[in-house]
Amino acid sequence: MKKAEILCSAVLMTALAMTTLTGCGESSGSKTVSTDGSTSMEKVIGYLSEAYMEKNSDTKITYNPTGSGAGIQAVQERRCDIGLSSRNLKDYEKTGLNETVVAVDGIAVIVNPENPDSNLTMEQISQVYTGEVTNWQEVGGNDSPIVCIGRESASGTRDGFESITGTAEKCKYTQELTSAGDVVQTVSSNPNAIGYTSLASLSDKVKTISVEGVIPSEESILNGDYKIQRNFVLVTRKDTELSSQAEKFFDFCMSTDADEYIRKAGAIPVAK
Amino acid sequence: MQSNVLNISRTKETGRLKKISGFLEKVMNTVFTVCGFVAVAFVLIITVFLIISGTPAISEIGLADFLFGTEWASTATEASYGILPFILSSICGTSGAILIGVPAGILCSVFLTRIAGKRMSSFISGAVSLMSGIPSVVYGLVGMIIVVPTVREVFGLPDGANLFSAILVLAFMILPSVISVSETAIRAVPKEYEEGSLALGATKTETIFKVTLPSAKSGILASVVLGIGRAIGESMAVMMVSGNVANMPSLFKSVRFLTTAIASEMSYSSGLQRQTLFSVALVLFVFILGINLVLNLVIKNKRK
Repeated sequence: MKKAEILCSAVLMTALAMTTLTGCGESSGSKTVSTDGSTSMEKVIGYLSEAYMEKNSDTKITYNPTGSGAGIQAVQERRCDIGLSSRNLKDYEKTGLNETVVAVDGIAVIVNPENPDSNLTMEQISQVYTGEVTNWQEVGGNDSPIVCIGRESASGTRDGFESITGTAEKCKYTQELTSAGDVVQTVSSNPNAIGYTSLASLSDKVKTISVEGVIPSEESILNGDYKIQRNFVLVTRKDTELSSQAEKFFDFCMSTDADEYIRKAGAIPVAK
Repeated sequence: MQSNVLNISRTKETGRLKKISGFLEKVMNTVFTVCGFVAVAFVLIITVFLIISGTPAISEIGLADFLFGTEWASTATEASYGILPFILSSICGTSGAILIGVPAGILCSVFLTRIAGKRMSSFISGAVSLMSGIPSVVYGLVGMIIVVPTVREVFGLPDGANLFSAILVLAFMILPSVISVSETAIRAVPKEYEEGSLALGATKTETIFKVTLPSAKSGILASVVLGIGRAIGESMAVMMVSGNVANMPSLFKSVRFLTTAIASEMSYSSGLQRQTLFSVALVLFVFILGINLVLNLVIKNKRK
């Protein structure tokens, strides 16, 4: 009994030790590129690093979702190689840092196809979401209540939408959903609803509203006509060169090879 | 002489077989013991983990502010972390689901055991057990596409994703566990009780409500507690139909449960917000623990 138990546990222990050891073997010897910052860029950087690591198996890219401000600070304090920011750098930040726009994020405003409204101004959008306007009639639609659909509080799309429309922390949501697909589904099934989502998750089931008369498209976003958009920025230090593997990853992000992955993540690659 | 040799080799053979089987017994014994402890180990690990990771945020926010604060704004510049809306929504949602689901479930199990014929009964039982196997995300999907728009139209609301829709979906979800447990309880009622009642001139309905159900009382109570546990722990389906805004509960307003509060913010949370979510999990865990305690008491009473 005793002997058998010891034997069994020994076998188990060895198996365990082997798995741990192999785990160690893989990670040691590879080089690490650390990125830190915007939670909105999680998908973009996720697709990019996955694609990059597939081709360069000796490099490991880490991502720390802390927020744009914290990411910029991390670069300043040399705690990471590349900072990720979903806003442009402020003037005082530009003294020590370089910003490189890697992609543009456009956020579309959507309504139910039954809704006759097809254009809203930026002001109207912020009035609708802050609860100042509660009936579609007041913004040129039917006489029906407005139902504001948004994303959960930690979502990057919500952060982007609220900061661009100037409604941060003032929105009165009827529903806070956890995925872009849920937003589209909900708006498509409720004629009173208005929602927002990234361009990549738009579908025929909903009607895209033009903002200030401009329909969101890759073109109208890149030339700046469509207003609800922001830049995804890679932040680097001016006084220190990137390590060779970080430099390689940076170049990959800025190359046309990266376009496909940026589009997959719902953003628009900048013109090369 | 020859038979002797044969005998000896036979005993040798059985000896070896015995040795091998004895060794196998020992190995399997160890495997069983290890597996037995795995369950205990996981419960212990989860408990310790929740306590360790859940308490820092509570002590930082203050227990009273955390449990009885009515505003949840975890990402605001001046964040506030009051989870009373979640606690009350969870309690209201669960009670509502029990109010609708339990009577329906009990009456269904009466039908299965006392009214339906054998074939009908086994057909419905099959459907019920199939129902308990349906993943919660499917309930959520059906709720989102059918229940939510229907609630909106029937009650003339601007939006149908609210506490009421969540209650409806939860009521459906607890049906299978309520039905199967109370069915077993009702089947265990001795035939003589009912025969006695019928012989005294009571009708079938009178017998069911005055003899059968009271005799199966503790088993039925156990099914109710099980239903409560299922309803309060559900997250996916609730998340898809309740709208997820941290309002104080009201039947036709969008609400957020304890479970959905964790599920909807965990993926991108950081710092104190993340720690607070662990604390929410701890509160939920305490609720479930309490419900299990009640369940055990109910079952013990039944044995007595």
